[in-house]
Amino acid sequence: MSAKPSRLNRVLMALVFLFLYAPIFVLIVFSFNDSQSRTVWQGFTLRWYVELLQDRAIMSALWTTLLVSLLATAIATVAGTMAAVGFFNMKKRWRGPILTVNNIPMTNADIVTGVSLCLLFVAFFAGWGDFTRWFNSLQGLVHLPTRLHMGFGTLLIAHLTFDIPYVILNVMPKLRQMDKNLIDAAQDLGCTWMQAFWKVVLPEIKPGIVSGALIAFTMSVDDFVISYFTAGSATSTLAMVVYGMTKRRISPKINAISSLLFVTVLTLLIVVNVREARQEKALEERKL
Amino acid sequence: MKNRRALFAVPYVGWLALFVVAPIVMVVLYAFSSAAGGFTLENFSRMGAYAVVFARSFKLALAATLICLLIGYPVAYMISRESQRFQRVAMMLIMLPMWMNFLLRTYSWMSILENTGLLNRLFSAIGLFRLINALTGANLEYFPMINTQGAVVLGMVYNYLPFMILPIYSVIEKMDASLLEAARDLGAGSARVFRKVILPLSLPGVLSGVTMVFVPSVSTFAISKLLGGSNELLLGDLIETQFVGTAYNPHLGSAIALVMMVVVVVCMAVMNRFGEGEEQAVML
Repeated sequence: MSAKPSRLNRVLMALVFLFLYAPIFVLIVFSFNDSQSRTVWQGFTLRWYVELLQDRAIMSALWTTLLVSLLATAIATVAGTMAAVGFFNMKKRWRGPILTVNNIPMTNADIVTGVSLCLLFVAFFAGWGDFTRWFNSLQGLVHLPTRLHMGFGTLLIAHLTFDIPYVILNVMPKLRQMDKNLIDAAQDLGCTWMQAFWKVVLPEIKPGIVSGALIAFTMSVDDFVISYFTAGSATSTLAMVVYGMTKRRISPKINAISSLLFVTVLTLLIVVNVREARQEKALEERKL
Repeated sequence: MKNRRALFAVPYVGWLALFVVAPIVMVVLYAFSSAAGGFTLENFSRMGAYAVVFARSFKLALAATLICLLIGYPVAYMISRESQRFQRVAMMLIMLPMWMNFLLRTYSWMSILENTGLLNRLFSAIGLFRLINALTGANLEYFPMINTQGAVVLGMVYNYLPFMILPIYSVIEKMDASLLEAARDLGAGSARVFRKVILPLSLPGVLSGVTMVFVPSVSTFAISKLLGGSNELLLGDLIETQFVGTAYNPHLGSAIALVMMVVVVVCMAVMNRFGEGEEQAVML
């Protein structure tokens, strides 16, 4: 598009970014506030950061959040890419309806996804209880646990359920854009299909896989509603801890953990961006 | 040969059946049954009592979606006209807040909007209240901002604005520049180019943006609880209390969720039909 941004446009954009970042700025500033208050400045302190590190509940919630997001992203990336390859090779008659179902977790309201999975897990656990009681009474060799609870496992399943569609959504267009002759050429030149996949297809669709993984991770980290209904009472993500606190009083430790998260992500993004810019520059120079 | 590769999708199709289709079937089953078991329509007939909540949820979500569109479209358009480098940084900046969980960001708005919050402190520091009181004779000490519907809409706009900007931007950015050139060469002014070419072509992005803002807005429960207090109960809050709250009744909760889901799907279908018509009109 032609580049002719006026000054007014720039000002408007700056205002929108101010709107997006003002609350984050406030959050960070008050993480250094020497008081429980979240609105009155009482002087500088680092004590919330020290207390944060000693707070077992928040640290374990942080750990749960990171672990479930990373695990879900890794598994969803592999599973989603595999599924996308499968869909791509599927007859259109089948692909259409299946892709519609695949879209459900993305378009459905989070709360509906959350409560529906919750109902499923509860029903499954009830059925499992009946089955194991019958099974245990039948023989004495293997004793199966009769009571199962929602926890990290169900949380992970829930995250996978809404992460995988995003990966598929990002990988499918890249498969469609790919020149199909490439695979034939590779196979004509003696590659097996698997080799062709690793050496030809994968590099072609890599941008889609990367952006799919990135979006899956973003969705996992940002999620609260679905986790809330599927994590059970013993497992908590960071957002659930915050939500629990809103009923009583939110500790400035939450400000501290938010600031740490924000700075980490910002640093990561800057590093990635600088590296990409450098690579692009090198590429351009080589072209010249 | 081709069909064998489709087998890669089989595990995931099983997953979809188990964790996408089966849960929705569960919701339907719960919605049409009572705690004692057996078929009933009672859950739906009881819902009339919540008509107010339904109306409020749809009203606030609609307001939030409109505001997001009014802000998001120009921003997406302006970003797409900047340099490549600027565009990439701007997109990163729009995505970045999402990596801090939305609850953390919403919580921050509480301290900004409170009666003794930062905004009211700022207004009082610049003497705004004194001015108003002197002019009108009122006795104003703060603007009541938190625990209002306005605060809830603000929270929705704040949280879901990126979902409006991103799809619109990606559609505009992919637009064929030669189409715009052609329109200009044929004598269209920039307002006309925008109205006749850019706007219709960006409609798919607008539609997906509207969906991505409206659906989470209409079903939210954390935002309303944090910024709306206890007065501005929304559909999400209603469903939540049926599942984890004091009023435990998953059957009623499922029925409410089902009705909400159906209304949303119908809205989206109508909108998409309308949108497709537009697109075809452009193609012709």
